[in-house]
Amino acid sequence: MRLRLVPQETSFDFFKRAKLWLGISALMMVVGFASFLFQGLNFGIDFRGGTTIRTESSETVDVGAYRDALAVHGLGDVSITEVFDPAFEEDQHVAMIRIQAQDDGEAISGEIIETLKASLDAVAPGIKFVSVESVGPKVSGELITTAIIAVALAIAAVLVYIWLRFEWQFALGAVAALVHDVVLTIGVFSELQIKFDLAIIAALLTIVGYSLNDTVVVFDRVRENLRRYKKKDLAEVLNLSINETLSRTVMTSVTTLLALISLYVLGGDVIRGFVFAMIWGVIVGTYSSVFVASTILLKLGVKRDWTKQANTTGNQFGNIDA
Amino acid sequence: MLQIDLWKRVLIWLVCAAGIMLALPNGFYTRVEQANDAAADIIAKGETPERLEVAGQWPDYLPSGLVNLGLDLRGGAHLLAEVQVGDVYEARMDALWPEVRDALRPERATVGTFRRQPGASDQIRLRLSKPDGMARALEVVRGLANPITTLTGVGANDIEVSAEGDILVVQLSEAEKIASDDRTVRQSLEIVRRRIDEVGTREPTIQRQGADRILIQVPGIGSASELKKIIGTTAQLTFNPVVGRASDADASAGVGNKVVPSLDEPGVYYIIEAAPVVTGEDLVDAQPSFDQNGQPAVTFRFNTSGARRFGDYTAENIGSPFAIVLDDEVVSAPVIQSHIPGGSGIITGNFSIEESTNLAVLLRAGALPAELVFLEERTIGPELGQDSIDAGKIATIVAFVAVLVFMGLSYGLFGLFANVALILNIALIFGMLSLIGGTLTLPGIAGIVLTVGMAVDANVLIFERIREELKAGRGPAKAIDEGYSKALSAILDANITTFITAVILFAMGSGPVRGFAITLGLGIMTSVFTAIFVTRLMIVMWFERRRPKTIEV
Repeated sequence: MRLRLVPQETSFDFFKRAKLWLGISALMMVVGFASFLFQGLNFGIDFRGGTTIRTESSETVDVGAYRDALAVHGLGDVSITEVFDPAFEEDQHVAMIRIQAQDDGEAISGEIIETLKASLDAVAPGIKFVSVESVGPKVSGELITTAIIAVALAIAAVLVYIWLRFEWQFALGAVAALVHDVVLTIGVFSELQIKFDLAIIAALLTIVGYSLNDTVVVFDRVRENLRRYKKKDLAEVLNLSINETLSRTVMTSVTTLLALISLYVLGGDVIRGFVFAMIWGVIVGTYSSVFVASTILLKLGVKRDWTKQANTTGNQFGNIDA
Repeated sequence: MLQIDLWKRVLIWLVCAAGIMLALPNGFYTRVEQANDAAADIIAKGETPERLEVAGQWPDYLPSGLVNLGLDLRGGAHLLAEVQVGDVYEARMDALWPEVRDALRPERATVGTFRRQPGASDQIRLRLSKPDGMARALEVVRGLANPITTLTGVGANDIEVSAEGDILVVQLSEAEKIASDDRTVRQSLEIVRRRIDEVGTREPTIQRQGADRILIQVPGIGSASELKKIIGTTAQLTFNPVVGRASDADASAGVGNKVVPSLDEPGVYYIIEAAPVVTGEDLVDAQPSFDQNGQPAVTFRFNTSGARRFGDYTAENIGSPFAIVLDDEVVSAPVIQSHIPGGSGIITGNFSIEESTNLAVLLRAGALPAELVFLEERTIGPELGQDSIDAGKIATIVAFVAVLVFMGLSYGLFGLFANVALILNIALIFGMLSLIGGTLTLPGIAGIVLTVGMAVDANVLIFERIREELKAGRGPAKAIDEGYSKALSAILDANITTFITAVILFAMGSGPVRGFAITLGLGIMTSVFTAIFVTRLMIVMWFERRRPKTIEV
């Protein structure tokens, strides 16, 4: 007896409600983009400059007292959040303190950190700074540029690769799916105000890779079936290909999700945002390879005859007796 | 049909065995690390029974390469420093000024008197009292220039001399500035490296980044500020003639002089000549010691040219004070009692023993040619790193078991083959990481967990294909063969595209993100290898032995 998530033979019609799915995707993208425009991302210090301090104390975290203790130093905007994780010990109370970037291009100096620690020690005796990270605004600006270039470069490289291996319609479909995934991921981060830092860029690129992986597997089957069933119309071939690969699509997504969810639950709070991005990306990526990439391929149409060169010159023998 | 040459079989198993062997030391991390450290100590400092015993904890014949743990896992400090390359221009101009002065003096008849004007610090501006003599002045000063070789500038000189009305301007040429910047950064890098090595920490990363930046990562150090103290922002030692004393920092010093505070007497300032007689660059040795009163002090010795200049200066200036200046603060300003010929001396001040030791280290390592400005500072405590390792371990094991069980339930025997391949896969990733000395970071662990999830993808593709072929009525051998060959193009295309993104991440990312790119990239390579070769070999071997009439996948 085997565990089967997908019946042996499926014949779903994935394009029956193509317009509805495309509409939903477009709507989600608009919502995500609007959220990004109006609410903005909760940039971490990598991108905005500033300092984060992770404190650990055996006393419970009193955010108000921390704030008052730090206010005297006049460092501008200071935000304090308590961090919870099931893995923490009973008397382990962790807080994240974030201080805005100071005016000069430099990182915050060690002496300031020491005075901050002294002030906090008065509120929570024995407080430890388990990590201190400080990024000057000069570097953070460059990090944003590099990140944007990285994502753009990845998408462009992939576009070229698929164009070479398949046809341009495939490349466009795949890239549309990628853009869809990236926009939705950024949208989720802006909507939920999850901290967006360098690691999330890594997650975004992995999502790009994963979503592509899925799309390419479907497209590979489409290419094969187009050669095999020359008479079937495109929608039928696409549907057949998606159905044939459906079992694999679901299997791979489930194994990947199993791994990611265990990391999300057990991997500690430091990388939780990163893992969340990936979980979201796997779900969205799987959806988009079926409902976005394939649908766009269907709308664009594709050259069917793979054996002969296109005959664009007309009938060569047609003018002989003229 | 289902044949694999013997040499291929042997090669595949050899690769797997090599991967396991290379990965093995990581299973005994602390023990191997201690053994490696002891072995290194034996080479560096000689054998002792304890060291031999610790080194014997891990047998010689096994590989001993370990995966480096990144800062986020081991704890430590990370600094990104920008070298203020412009500082050097000023020092160069100050050094050039006496030469310009001496060259123009004999020409007083044509150029008249001249004075150095205040202005940008990377220029010398001279006002001539006889502007008609400018042509001659330019000629004389240009005679001081040295030709430099660059890739493009043929016949370029190190200084540029021009006239602005009655003012003669001397500054470094663009070509020389570029060359000087490069030298400054390389010199700074070398000095930072020497200072960190003096402290003797484990595997520091000290890299140049871009034109004028230095990335410093030192695992195991308490905090970024501790690291900054070791790097000691400058420790520039100079010996300057003293012009006079002042009581506040804004006292007018006169051109070519500067006002510096005293190190231990508050409110006391000295006016000194900006061009030093000797600098710390001429030092050959510095040691912590005690002066005749038993106070901690630092003794130093100059090299030959430094000793000669110091000797000549002290001979000519008996009775006048000179200042020992450290980082623009006067440590002491003794009056020269006699000619000091030997080129050695002692710096006394109100030092503690620790301070005098640190100062000696800093002086020995040499001064940084320019100031470092820290753009990025990160400290990760060792506890946080350990927490992350523990969490990462548990998460990886749970993820692993979940995927193993799921594959077993879904594909039965074939699932077991895939599982063996998955375990080999992880061993291969760790083996490769150890081999190339890669660094494992927290996102890197995430990369491995992601690989655990995605590594089965290639096998899933193949198994699903075999199922389809079986459904289409092919015999077991034919179905397996077709399954592999037909799934190949999808596997390659899918993994190459993911690999492209891993490469881009590696090229553009830094630190932890790069660690993620490495494990993701390695994971893709090993998972393709295990899927195409290892599981196939296992299935073929099983098939040869059993010759089943029907198979179920």
